[in-house]
Amino acid sequence: MRKIDFRLNGVPVSIETQLNRRLLDVLHEDFELIGVKEGCGEGECGACAVLIDHEVVNSCSIPIANCLGKDIVTIEGFSNTSRYKILKNAFEEEGAVQCGFCTPGMMIAAESLLNKNSNPTIEEIKIGLSGNLCRCTGYNMIIKAIKRAAKEGDGKW
Amino acid sequence: MVKQVIPKNLSEVLELISKEKYRFVAGGTDMLIQNHNLKTLPIDFKDNIIYIADLQELRGITEDAEFVTIGACEPLEAIMENKLTPKILKDTIIQMASPAIRHIGTIGGNIGNASPAGDLLVPLYILNAIIEVQSLRGTRNILISDFITHVRRIDLKEDEIITKIIVSKINFDKTDFVKVGPRLSDAISKLSFLGAVTFHEGKILDLRFAFGAVNITVVRRPDIECQYIHKTKEELKNSVDEIAEKYSEYIRPIDDQRSNKEYRKTVALNLLRNFIEEL
Repeated sequence: MRKIDFRLNGVPVSIETQLNRRLLDVLHEDFELIGVKEGCGEGECGACAVLIDHEVVNSCSIPIANCLGKDIVTIEGFSNTSRYKILKNAFEEEGAVQCGFCTPGMMIAAESLLNKNSNPTIEEIKIGLSGNLCRCTGYNMIIKAIKRAAKEGDGKW
Repeated sequence: MVKQVIPKNLSEVLELISKEKYRFVAGGTDMLIQNHNLKTLPIDFKDNIIYIADLQELRGITEDAEFVTIGACEPLEAIMENKLTPKILKDTIIQMASPAIRHIGTIGGNIGNASPAGDLLVPLYILNAIIEVQSLRGTRNILISDFITHVRRIDLKEDEIITKIIVSKINFDKTDFVKVGPRLSDAISKLSFLGAVTFHEGKILDLRFAFGAVNITVVRRPDIECQYIHKTKEELKNSVDEIAEKYSEYIRPIDDQRSNKEYRKTVALNLLRNFIEEL
């Protein structure tokens, strides 16, 4: 057991934990943040995506030991931002949500992309979302939603 | 009970590993999956573990006149985005995993894993990368093809750690990395191929080929490559059957869940032929 301090959704937190726990399990069990989904559990689907120091990361593939001192944002924290509201509106307008299981991960991946590249091409969006699987939409609506968010959120990213 | 340590600096790591056996977790993207079993969460590591991802001594990319030096724990995405990184490393990294894995997966981890399907190993073999390892006894620099000794085996003593990867600043006229997998992203290669060539006054000055996931480690044969130096492009194209025949002996893939040996061998040699024929 060891103390791990980090920022979670903007708030400094500190936990006593075994170091070999996955960040995903810490988020679920210690903080009850269940917007972060577990899909494949092996880094292929992106449902568990979170932002670490503003970059998309699969929380199933990182031990809590590697989160010491990091700034971690889940979909719950991201949902308090004005960028989220633009993305949410764009996802709704374009019909980019069906069952919703992939959606938190998709929005986190979109935020990571737009934060680095505020006006991505369709090809750049495809690369940005390449680690996120959606079994409902066929992706086209999600890509359109991100295009729309980039346009409507001009200046936000 | 295994020990788990987050060290403060590289000196602490060197001290610890000089006394006792540890395994390193860098990004953790492979170690977590390899040891992952839902019934035994948290991750059931069998060895003492040192978490090295955030050691500043193992981060960063620098250059001098001849070489680019990459810290062993530099994440793949950061390497891809760095202007100092050679093009063939960038062209390979963009085809590896996904941004969410590339933000944490490291170059040292890819080398330390020594998977036959480790994609980044292919351009590192082409670049004759040097692996720097450190221990309290000193520093060793090892050519990557000597460092990786077998499937998942490397020439790293128990008191040593991979610290840097050093590659020459070489430019080629044409390179092509082709990864064959079931999906463009987040796929482990069935096989991969990388060709690199440079011409001077119509003749071949430099010619390199490497194949991934078709033998116990990357296949590169400088003994075959050097036979075609000073040939013209046409002479090379006319030799395509002979070259494929020469490599055929060294392309010895296996059957596994991702592919079978017949497919792997056929496609690997076809990619070699395509590269030459399209010059």
